[in-house]
Amino acid sequence: MSIYLNKDSKIIVQGMTGGMGSKHTTLMVEAGSNIVGGVNARKAGTSVELGGKELPVFGNVAEAMEKTGADVSVLFVPPAFTKDACIEAIDAGIGLLVVITEGVPVQDTAEVWAYLESDANKGGTRMIGPNCPGIITPGESLAGITPHTISGSGPVGLVSKSGTLTYQMMYELKDYGFTTAIGIGGDPIIGTTHIDALAAFEADPDTKAIVMIGEIGGDAEERAAAYIKDNVTKPVVGYVAGFTAPEGKTMGHAGAIVSGSAGTAQAKKEALEAVGVKVGKTPSETAELMREILKDL
Amino acid sequence: MEFQAKELFAKHDVPGAPGIVATTPAEARAAAEKLGVCVVKAQVKAGGRGKAGGVKLAKTPDEAEEHATAILGMEIKGLTVHRVLIAPAATIEEEYYFSFLLDRSNRQYLCIASIEGGVEIEEVAETNPDAIKKIPINAGTGVDEAKAREIVAETGFPEALTEQAVTTVLNLWKTFVEEDATLVEVNPLARLAGDKLEALDGKVSLDENAEFRHEDHAAFEDKDAADPLEAEAKAKGLNYVKLDGEVGIIGNGAGLVMSTLDVVAYAGEAHGGVKPANFLDIGGGANAQVMADGLDVILNDEQVKSVFVNVFGGITACDEVANGIKGALEILGDAATKPLVVRLDGNNVDKGRAILEELNHPLVTTVDTMDGAADKAAELAHSSTSA
Repeated sequence: MSIYLNKDSKIIVQGMTGGMGSKHTTLMVEAGSNIVGGVNARKAGTSVELGGKELPVFGNVAEAMEKTGADVSVLFVPPAFTKDACIEAIDAGIGLLVVITEGVPVQDTAEVWAYLESDANKGGTRMIGPNCPGIITPGESLAGITPHTISGSGPVGLVSKSGTLTYQMMYELKDYGFTTAIGIGGDPIIGTTHIDALAAFEADPDTKAIVMIGEIGGDAEERAAAYIKDNVTKPVVGYVAGFTAPEGKTMGHAGAIVSGSAGTAQAKKEALEAVGVKVGKTPSETAELMREILKDL
Repeated sequence: MEFQAKELFAKHDVPGAPGIVATTPAEARAAAEKLGVCVVKAQVKAGGRGKAGGVKLAKTPDEAEEHATAILGMEIKGLTVHRVLIAPAATIEEEYYFSFLLDRSNRQYLCIASIEGGVEIEEVAETNPDAIKKIPINAGTGVDEAKAREIVAETGFPEALTEQAVTTVLNLWKTFVEEDATLVEVNPLARLAGDKLEALDGKVSLDENAEFRHEDHAAFEDKDAADPLEAEAKAKGLNYVKLDGEVGIIGNGAGLVMSTLDVVAYAGEAHGGVKPANFLDIGGGANAQVMADGLDVILNDEQVKSVFVNVFGGITACDEVANGIKGALEILGDAATKPLVVRLDGNNVDKGRAILEELNHPLVTTVDTMDGAADKAAELAHSSTSA
């Protein structure tokens, strides 16, 4: 079992023919993902060979879904076109929309989120991202850019704001493995949150324990802590990055900023510890804490 | 800064005199000669300018020149004043607060308004929280005239000002949306003699991710306040933040780099309290040129005593990263002068480490774990500091 993505997922790629899109489509095919085609209005009707697979290019998401039965879209289009590409996928009723693109204006994401929340979202689309590495269910499917070679399948569920910390944590715990690992992205507004992923991992029978990685900015970790207290029975281990980040400076991710006394790593760590989540000082120590738990399961 | 916010207000028909920017006392005098009784206001990106003595009323051009002389060059919250704004003096009858902002937690926008303005809104929040109205705004539907009327009624603007307030709210909304702002704040929004509503001071925060559709926003960048190393890094397209420490940091991925800073700070506790010197995310690519550019910026930081290169080979395999480091050292040649601790992990880690071993560069030490490498980098920074 897994969350959001499994071996039956049929994936299309919006922006498949671009540089990032073609590179990562190849890697997704190599990871075993069932990529069924791509979308590019200007190249509709053609096909491209990626990762040894001949992939048809469709004019729009609705057509791609109709012809292939796709239920997941991974989006690599440039920031200026991301909003429209998201709306197109939501209108088509895609089940899961994974937005990899970094640098999307926050008002565009806010509009997409309002659209997802409105009656227009008839298909009940779930969005992951933007500005994220996507989602991997090791051994089954990859919808995103997470290297599939880091770790295999196992009992740990992982949700993280950061891409490279996702990789780092998968690497540290590769001897145990993961049900699903999701990078939810570091933008101020994102689709799938820590809480969404925690709820899904809680409901997934194969996930035995959860690692949650946060970073400075916003209050998503504090909210997740409150959620864990009342709703999560599985053991959760946490890590928060950015204790040394100065106030008022954006640390790489658009959302990673301490404003006044809000959004500090210390506050997040304290909120998590207050509900019984063990929080590691470093990624390695966090992995150790998880090992202690897994050893006894 | 205020004068920039006012430029944007003027562009979107928000009422209020933009004033005249002056960089010398003589310019301030000339501006005052045009405007009559005026206020000389320090232009820095910080609140509390009035309390710091950066805002003064000038009844005559002489006084304007005198105040400008005192204010220009003054430091407010660590920022040097390079400009003053000469704004016409106004008779204020009442002061209000108004803002639109991104409400991150609720993934929408928020209007915060109060008929008690003029002071910092945090202060009102403490003394009279009921006077602050918070009105959620759906990012899909935004603010139309009906919503503007709702906002005006909820805030409790005096009736005589209702129509002006509705128009101003709509124009501030236009400023927020059309400029891709994350904050548009007017404080005070003032009732002047004759029931005139005007924005007397304001602040606008713009979304950097939206710069591609706002070429004019580049002019708002505060080049005087930028750290020279940050400016150099920006010119090279690097994601760099200068900090106050001795261990230079290079890594890939914002999360991993933030984490690296923390791990170095912990490690530094055992080594004379050395700290991370910077945040530098070279992204997924990590090729020789990017690595060389990054190292170059860090080695130009005189405070830096050692450098920690922390890369997780994900999409980019470790052998490519190792070759990047090798190439960077070749590009830099004798300019590379400080010890480098390298930790590589992830894809093709063995090949990557083998490349560095073969390179056998006198400045490079490889350590297998992130915690171990941080400790080594901190130790090297400390020993060269105390030496």
